[in-house]
This record gives sequence, C-alpha cells and structure tokens, in this order.
Amino acid sequence: MNLLKAAYKVLSRLEGLGIALVLLVLYTVLIISAPTVFTRPMIYFSFLETVPPALIAALGLTLVITAGEIDLSFPAVVSLSGLALAWGWKTFDPAYSAVIGIVLALAAGAVVGYINGLMVARIGVPSIMATLAANFFWYGISILLAGGRQQTLAGSEENSVHELLVGRPFLGIPLQAFWSLALAVFLWFILNRHKFGESVMFIGDNPNVARVMGVNVEATRIWLFTLHGMIAAFSGIVLTLFIGVFYPNQGNFLLPAMASVFVGGTSIAGGAGSIFGTFFGSYVIGSLEAGVVATTISGYWVQVVEGGVMAAVVILNAATGKADFASLLNRFRHWSTPERANPELLSKDETR
Amino acid sequence: MSNPLPDSTDQYALRMVNIDKHFGLVRALTDINLDVGRNEIVGLIGDNGAGKSTIVKILTGVFPPSSGELYIAGRKVDFRRYNVQSAHAHGIETVYQDKSLGEKQVLWRNFFIGRQITNRFGFIDVKKQKAIANDIMVNTIGFRGRGITVDSKVSQLSGGERQGIAIGRAMHFEADLIILDEPTVALSLKEVAKVINFVHKIKEAGKACIYISHSIPDVYEVCDRFVVLDRGEIGASIPKKEISLKALDEFLLEYAHGRKDKQRS
Repeated sequence: MNLLKAAYKVLSRLEGLGIALVLLVLYTVLIISAPTVFTRPMIYFSFLETVPPALIAALGLTLVITAGEIDLSFPAVVSLSGLALAWGWKTFDPAYSAVIGIVLALAAGAVVGYINGLMVARIGVPSIMATLAANFFWYGISILLAGGRQQTLAGSEENSVHELLVGRPFLGIPLQAFWSLALAVFLWFILNRHKFGESVMFIGDNPNVARVMGVNVEATRIWLFTLHGMIAAFSGIVLTLFIGVFYPNQGNFLLPAMASVFVGGTSIAGGAGSIFGTFFGSYVIGSLEAGVVATTISGYWVQVVEGGVMAAVVILNAATGKADFASLLNRFRHWSTPERANPELLSKDETR
Repeated sequence: MSNPLPDSTDQYALRMVNIDKHFGLVRALTDINLDVGRNEIVGLIGDNGAGKSTIVKILTGVFPPSSGELYIAGRKVDFRRYNVQSAHAHGIETVYQDKSLGEKQVLWRNFFIGRQITNRFGFIDVKKQKAIANDIMVNTIGFRGRGITVDSKVSQLSGGERQGIAIGRAMHFEADLIILDEPTVALSLKEVAKVINFVHKIKEAGKACIYISHSIPDVYEVCDRFVVLDRGEIGASIPKKEISLKALDEFLLEYAHGRKDKQRS
C-alpha cells in the first residue's frame, strides 16, 4: 500500500503524463496499422524535424493562455522573422550574416509582441481582437516587404549557425528537437518556479486578486506578449533555417498549435498551464496527419481522424476536471468508491 | 512616510485626521476623524453608501482623499507616493470578501504572491516558502482543516477557511493594521464562527484591526469599539464596555429611524 502511495505521489507530480500516454497509444496503434512505416526509425526522425517549429510557438502560447489571454498573431511573426533572417542573410558578410539575421528576427518578434502587449494591457483591447488584427497586418507587411517572393538562404547547408540550430551531429537527431525540448524545460521553470510565471498564473486566475496582492498586472501582460513574440520569432528562425528558404506565407500552423496546447491540458479559462502537456500534445498533433496517411486508409479520412482524436482528448481532459494524471487517478478512485463510504471526498466536492 | 510625530500619537496604529473625499460634486466623506489603537479591533458599521468602502479605498491606496491627513503607526502618509503596492510596505493588509486569493492556485503560492522569497534571478525558493506557509497555518492561525496542506488548492477550502488563510497571511507579514472587508458575507454560521475565531487571533497577536460588517452580532463579538458611519460622516463611536449587544442593536435601529424621520421633515 505504501509502495502504491509512493508511486501515486511520483506519478501525480509528472506534468503531461496523460497526454504522453496518449502519444504512446497513438504510436502503438500506428505500429499495428502501418508496420512497414512505423517500425523503422525514419518516420520518427522526420517528426523530430517537422514538429519543433509549431511546438516552439505552442510553448509560448501556453503561457499566454495561462494568463487568460490569446495570441493569434504568432503565424505572422513566424513569417516576418523569417523575412528578417533572410534579409540579414543576403545583406551582410557571410561570416556574421546569420547572427545578424537571427538578432533582427528576434527583434522583429519582440516589437510585434510588445505592440500586442500595449494594445491589450494599456488600451484594453481584448487580446483575441488585437492579435487577430495584428496577424493580418504583419502578414501583410511581410508579404509587402518580400514582394510576395520566396527567398533562398544561399549556402545555408555549410553555415555553422545552421549546423548549431538545425543540424544533426549526433546519431542523426535533428538539433531543433533538442532546442525545443530545452525551451520547454526553460519555460517550465519560468512558469512554475519564477516570480514572472506565478504572476502569469494569478493574472489568469483573477486579475483583481493579482492586482491587490501587488502584482504589476499591466507590465506582466506586456512582457508576456513580448516574450511570446520572441518565441514565435525563434520558431520562424528554426523553420526558415531548416527549409533553407523563406516563404512569405510560412507559419500557417495557428490551429495545430492551439490544438496542441488544448490537448496538452491547458485550460482556456486560464490560471494554470501545462508546458509538458503542450510538448507531448504537439507531437500528437504533428504525428497524426503523417500517421493517418501512412495507414493507407483513404486520404479523405485524415481530417476526420485528426478531429476525432482531438475531441476525444479534450473530452477526457474536461471529464477529469484538470488535465493532470493525478486528478485522473483521483477521479478513478472516486468513481470506484461507493459514495457513502467516503464522506471526505463528498464534502470536498460540495464546497466547490 | 517621513515627519515622525510626537510620541503621544504612537499609541495609534492608524489616525485619520479631517479626511474629506468628494467625487466631483458628490461628497463621499466629510471630516472623518478616526483613530485605531495599537491593539484595538474597531467595528465599522454603516448602511450601503455610508462611505465604508471609500474609507477602505483611501486606506489601501486605491485613491487619495480630497483633503486631510493619514498617519500609520505615527508616520504621516505622503499620498503622492501612496498606492496599493506601498500600502503593504506601510503595514496595512486588507482581506477582501472575494478577491484575496487565487482560486486555482495552491496555498503556498497564495501566501507569498507579490512578495515571493526569490534568489537574485527571480526564481522562487519553494522549500522555504512551503515551510513558512505551513508554520503560518499551524501556529499563527491554528488551522485544523481536514486534509488541507500547503499544497492544497484554494478551491478545496470552505469560505471561512479562505478568510483564515488571508488573515494568516496578513499577520505573517507583520501588518500593523488588518482591514477585514465584509469577511463573513455569504458564509454559513459554522464558517462565520471560524472567521470570528481567526479575528480573535489578531487580537491575541497584539495587532490592530478594522472590521467591516453588516452583521451586528459578529461585530459585537469581536470588536472593542464600534464606529457608526452615516452618509459620509462619523455618527457615533461607542466602546464595547459601555453598551450591550441588545442596546447596540436598538441604538442602530433608532439611528436608522431617526435618519428617516429627518429625511421626511
């Protein structure tokens, strides 16, 4: 019994365990239904290459949603930052053009995010409208500046920055997979162990409480949107370097990224966010399409299956109250215990 | 914050001197003179619109008065530099009826939000915060909730327990004056008893308190003195020693009637 309790304690502390199990089940189903593809490592390496850009943007989005806000403008930032990178790349000396391009891209993301933050926190525009307008506007600016044309990053394969960010030096593992994991760990600490993250959670929970308890709500919101702008820019940098070409319409993964956050268990209501839920959620969403295609059922079924899986996961999240494994186990114990035998659980529910 | 006053005023946790507040042409407060002793629990009684919340908002730095002076623990408050954040630093803590705690957050976070113990990079010392939070719950407020720990979420607590957490937090941060704004509104009798018990702890700890409530029996139970507020003016200030609960009730009733009569004439 003690062992069980200890195991329960450890399991309940692992963030995102539920959605990680969903990912495991998904791969198991795919291995059974498409063994020729999913028993070979190739497909998994390809996921590690293609999932990170949307994953990175979704990690930042998790913080924004935890604060009770939304940011619909990050796809435009992915485009704009890619353009800034490409422009820096071709304009400056090849010895340091990549670094300048990256700095410019991050700065572009920060500016867009900061303006979003001003609109939301200072002027009081609801974030869904402010960032929707920003998405149209900055996509437009990006297409305008690029003249609607794609731009190739000349000689990107031999560039050391390219190698560092999206190369595959060890066992063929793409480094963007590593960097996105590192970002997830970093943002987990920011959200769960840093003052800033605690402010984000309290603001998402109830901004009035946060304010009377001395949190600078306005500044925190502005910083939050700026941070997400920079994270989206990082996503754009990784995407553009990986493909080696900037496309003005790149970054159109708004809906998959949002789906990743929600299947990962972060609540739209704000107040709590699951970074590792989003991490595994992104791999679930990113693996679905390729997975369904590989099972050789008709291509027309792809979206039906994707939507079905998403709905199933978010229904499971809603049914378990919260998205962590602890409450799932708790519910399970609750369901399996006759109500009268456990007055403590009953009285707790009543007080909610 | 400067201008220390003569010693005679230091026996007060709070002094409001000739405080006026008007919003445009509307007079919200007229010539308010209110003292709260260092270890005194003062009950602030008055109808809706009497000016109770205006007083609370001035004390907590939401807005400054139109004129008048405020002294906290003998130090004069500079209203140009007084706001919600600096009220904490001045030693005033407020427990609001519904906006003191983050519902979905764990208790240890609620104890320290806005005043976290961090390293110089801003990362929170979770172990230390949990230890202190536990100490406050067990020793300061004598928390005996079933299965409630510092890792519990606020949503698991009853209404009375929530007020207890907020009061314990205020006491931990060495508040000179704790303002309780309708702490028992919408609570069951059992929960009200818990809150009353927490307020007694404030008295025992040697702190001062302004207790605002509609419920006269609650106010009578915990307070040393009753201040009746009427249309922005202080109508009466009665020590508990000089009046019984029944007499206080009757006095307030007569007061309300008298006011109506005055309005008619």
